[in-house]
Amino acid sequence: MIQVLTKEISGFLNSLIAYIVIGVFLTTIGLLMWVFPDTSVLEYGYADMDTLFSLAPYVYIFLIPAITMRSFAEEKRAGTLELLLTKPLSDWDIILGKYLASFFLVIFSILPTMVYYFSIYSLGSPAGNIDTSGVIGSYIGLILLGGVFCSVGILASSLTSNQIVAFIVGAFLCFLLFTGFEALSSINVWLSQALLIKQLGILYHYEAMGKGLIDSRNLVYFLSVAFIFILITKLVTGSRSW
Amino acid sequence: MSLTVQHLTKVYNQQKAVSDISFHVKAGEIVGFLGPNGAGKSTTMKIATTSVPPTQGTVLIADLDVTEHPMKVKQITGYLPEHNPLYTDMYVHEYLQFVGGLYGLQGKALTLRTREMIERCGLMREQHKKIEMLSKGYRQRVGLAQALIHDPKVLILDEPTSGLDPNQLVEIRKLIKDISVDKTVIFSTHIMQEVQALCDRVVVINKGEIVADDSLKNLMNKKEGTKSIVVEFEQPVSLEDLRSLKGIKVVEALDETRYKIDAEGPADVRPEIFRFAAEKNISLVGLKVEETSLENIFRELTESIEHETKRHNQ
Repeated sequence: MIQVLTKEISGFLNSLIAYIVIGVFLTTIGLLMWVFPDTSVLEYGYADMDTLFSLAPYVYIFLIPAITMRSFAEEKRAGTLELLLTKPLSDWDIILGKYLASFFLVIFSILPTMVYYFSIYSLGSPAGNIDTSGVIGSYIGLILLGGVFCSVGILASSLTSNQIVAFIVGAFLCFLLFTGFEALSSINVWLSQALLIKQLGILYHYEAMGKGLIDSRNLVYFLSVAFIFILITKLVTGSRSW
Repeated sequence: MSLTVQHLTKVYNQQKAVSDISFHVKAGEIVGFLGPNGAGKSTTMKIATTSVPPTQGTVLIADLDVTEHPMKVKQITGYLPEHNPLYTDMYVHEYLQFVGGLYGLQGKALTLRTREMIERCGLMREQHKKIEMLSKGYRQRVGLAQALIHDPKVLILDEPTSGLDPNQLVEIRKLIKDISVDKTVIFSTHIMQEVQALCDRVVVINKGEIVADDSLKNLMNKKEGTKSIVVEFEQPVSLEDLRSLKGIKVVEALDETRYKIDAEGPADVRPEIFRFAAEKNISLVGLKVEETSLENIFRELTESIEHETKRHNQ
């Protein structure tokens, strides 16, 4: 697994994907956070990082499937997947190697935004007037959300040998998971089931973590959704021997 | 270590790619696996390398069943897939180190082994290039190097020389010959000369069935007795006259002055032709015996079934 992981990471670094992903993410978030008046913290008047945490998932809906789309699709098209499968590697080695590589890249794109915390911390009046526990909870939520999106993207990539299809399917599934259930639950037909449907979506749990309370239910939700998508990927990859 | 194919059948969506084939490759032997495109060569090799499961039957490598011990089999087998897939954005030495790592080589052993493979496969000057920069011949060398990096006992090469220019062809063949000294090798091809250049045993497969499993010499001997002669005169002669000669079965005009003559039986008809020319006072400018060519054997073996099935269908 380590070999696949390091190969994928050096692949990201060599092919500029890593720099583009991190660059685009930070530029977008930086502009939204500090420059564009509609969303700027400076105009907002409250020392919090809501802009980052409420908009970053939407950026990731496009960015993460773009990172993961090549993982299996390109290897299938180039035939290198067959090569990997004839090496002494289990399917798990390949899938987890690829998954973790994308996940690390996402984490690396989040890390520099911690600077924002210190900026806002010192800009607050009085300095330090910021909900630190809320920020920590939100960061954990955002990282977990990245993990879920990565697993969705990896699955989408394993379904096809066409990268564009992988990207579109991945982005759509991420979007559906993130806000789809939330929107669905607001239709006025579910009655008492509405909350249940809302809880199926990521947004509910993501917002809960943003309040600074790290609840094991939310953690379990993120981990199990990511696990389910990786498991389906394993089934799809393993289906060649059915 | 030996390789045994046992009653192997593979069905893709109701289409039989391989139908109940069996053969055995002894330890240390080099065997050519021959057949036209779509005969089932690659399918058999994919099953042997565990990337595709068999429908029925199995392949044993070193007495290990590929369906039951895939990991052990992968560890002792080197495989060069058809079309030689490579990570083209990696550097040659980087790629070889990666593959070596997959086989559990580490640290100094990995570095040494990579360097050794680069030397043996003649990649010294190319090792710091990206694979996408390499010509097809060098890519093939990289493919061979990755198949050999863990010093496998069994080597499976799927069309290792397809699409190479004549010089590269000779080089790659020589390389395969050199590296296969202490290994069991099975390689697929649709070129007969290749088998002749590399080994003496050949398994011929056509439409998923084995049509020959013999040494090349035996195959050639079996097909003897159909010698044909190409003769060239200075001026045109009548076909009738040629046909009337003793021991001649078929005469076919190739162009105005050249004729292809099939002899009846094994007797040499060349003196007869010479006397004929002398009698008619025509100069004989060329006389060539066409040995049963390798291509002909290949064509006969792989077409006969087609004819039979056609006859059967009628």
